[in-house]
Amino acid sequence: MKNVWIICRKELKSYFVSPIAYGLMAFFAAISGYFFYIATAIFVTRGIESQMMGRGMPMDLNEWIVRPLLMNVSVIGLFLIPMITMRLFAEEKRSGTIELLATSPVRDMEIILGKWFAALVMYACILGISLLNLSLLFVYGKPDWKPILIGYLGLLLQGGCLLAIGTFISTTTRNQIIAGVATFAVCLLLWVFDWVTAYEMATWAKVMGYMSVVTHFETFAKGVLDSKDVIFYLSMIFFGLFLTSRSMESLRWRS
Amino acid sequence: MIKVEGLTKRYARTVAVDDISFEIAKGQIVGFLGPNGAGKTTTMRVLTCFLPPSAGTAKVAGFDVLKNPIEVKRRIGYLPETPPVYPEMEVDEYLTFVGRLKGIGKGELPKRISEVCERCAIGDVRKRLVGKLSKGYRQRVGLAQAIMHNPDVLILDEPTAGLDPKQIIETRELIKGLAGSHTIILSTHILPEVEQTCEQVIIIAKGRLVATDSVSNLTNRLRGSETVAVEVEARDGVLDPVAVRQRLEKVPGVSRVLVKDAHDKRQGFEVESLKGCSVRPELARAVVEAGWNLNELRPMALSLEEIFLQLTSPEQEAAAGGAK
Repeated sequence: MKNVWIICRKELKSYFVSPIAYGLMAFFAAISGYFFYIATAIFVTRGIESQMMGRGMPMDLNEWIVRPLLMNVSVIGLFLIPMITMRLFAEEKRSGTIELLATSPVRDMEIILGKWFAALVMYACILGISLLNLSLLFVYGKPDWKPILIGYLGLLLQGGCLLAIGTFISTTTRNQIIAGVATFAVCLLLWVFDWVTAYEMATWAKVMGYMSVVTHFETFAKGVLDSKDVIFYLSMIFFGLFLTSRSMESLRWRS
Repeated sequence: MIKVEGLTKRYARTVAVDDISFEIAKGQIVGFLGPNGAGKTTTMRVLTCFLPPSAGTAKVAGFDVLKNPIEVKRRIGYLPETPPVYPEMEVDEYLTFVGRLKGIGKGELPKRISEVCERCAIGDVRKRLVGKLSKGYRQRVGLAQAIMHNPDVLILDEPTAGLDPKQIIETRELIKGLAGSHTIILSTHILPEVEQTCEQVIIIAKGRLVATDSVSNLTNRLRGSETVAVEVEARDGVLDPVAVRQRLEKVPGVSRVLVKDAHDKRQGFEVESLKGCSVRPELARAVVEAGWNLNELRPMALSLEEIFLQLTSPEQEAAAGGAK
């Protein structure tokens, strides 16, 4: 456990001494801010419209702003994750520092967990920026905080699962760019998998729909904590990390 | 300290290391010698648990690299060919990370880092980024990393590669200074390095073990023929090299006489004789009896360079096998 923390700290440091962290944060701040602005603008115009029509129905902040925002953020995450994970192992393999890690008295799994956890913390820091937008809602209105919490938990779980896959892909190559592009392709595939369910009802389509990481996030965005989705994400995380450890092992047998 | 038995490492298509066995006692400096691609790095990687062996066993301090990798890694400090440094870290930061990774407690870490920095002469760059250091400094930081946890065994893969001559000497001195408390394996393809720093040599070529012995034994053992340098001077008048040569060739046991460089009245020869028969007294008598002065009579040792070439060049392999 101590070793996991040592590795994790080292990874976090190298995120924050390089411009990657700040670049990603800036990118995310801009784009999530834009989505927040749009959602709020729609909310406000709708509110005024309905008042003019004499229907003073109170509108739900969570439903009108938080939920679409969370859905958008979950998709933006697909673009951020490859950039976070691509260097994790590819860089160590390229520069030869993997030999230092692999010949130190630590277990492979400790290295993997440390790196994955650092990536998760990095992702959480990026997501944290969107909380600034949401805090405005608390200043001017009274949104329900519990669905927001569940939504962010969902974002972290979805992120964790894609980060685990990205970590795995990073162990397969010594080229960061290849790792990044491949991770991006996989993330994109996992996102669009459920589109087949729109026209196809066969079992294979259902399975593909089930594999889509974004489908499982919808319940979280609604503020519902469904054990089925939590288990899906957790098992994907385990699967990704398991693949990573296998890949590291095979690295030793082949190299 | 280190025991390797029947070690074999196969990659997809090639056999990198083929059935190597050797043993290294505690506190020795061993030179691991071989041409490029001989399997030096692979063997070292097996010993450091970076690669698993395809067959055979390797044990460090009694622990098997496959069964007890963590225990082995605790006892080994490893400097790969390219120092495994993170360019974005400061030297201090890097050594702290390595120290923690190797299991040094937070309390004793600062003291240990100062010790190691002093030892490796990197005290003046502790606050600099590793990426901005020169190759020599980076190499020393790599060495500092390897001795951080004061390991029993140090494995250094070409520690002087790419350094300038002054740095090479400094690094060699540093390695010599580490001997005694550590068992050191050092791979290289530079021969003088082995002659200067090591007590024991392991020579491999094409994945096979060619020879393992102490530097002095190896030199002796490989002398299939003994060579004696002789310098003869005419007592008066001019020396006729041909006459001297003919006279020397008549000495029993002498197989060949080479005429070397001449300095007016003096003339050098190299006399080769069969191994085992000492011809030196006979040579001396022959020269003196013929009325010449004997200026020099000196047995010539084969340099490690010659041995190495003999052992590793293909046509000599059979002969070397015989010498074994």
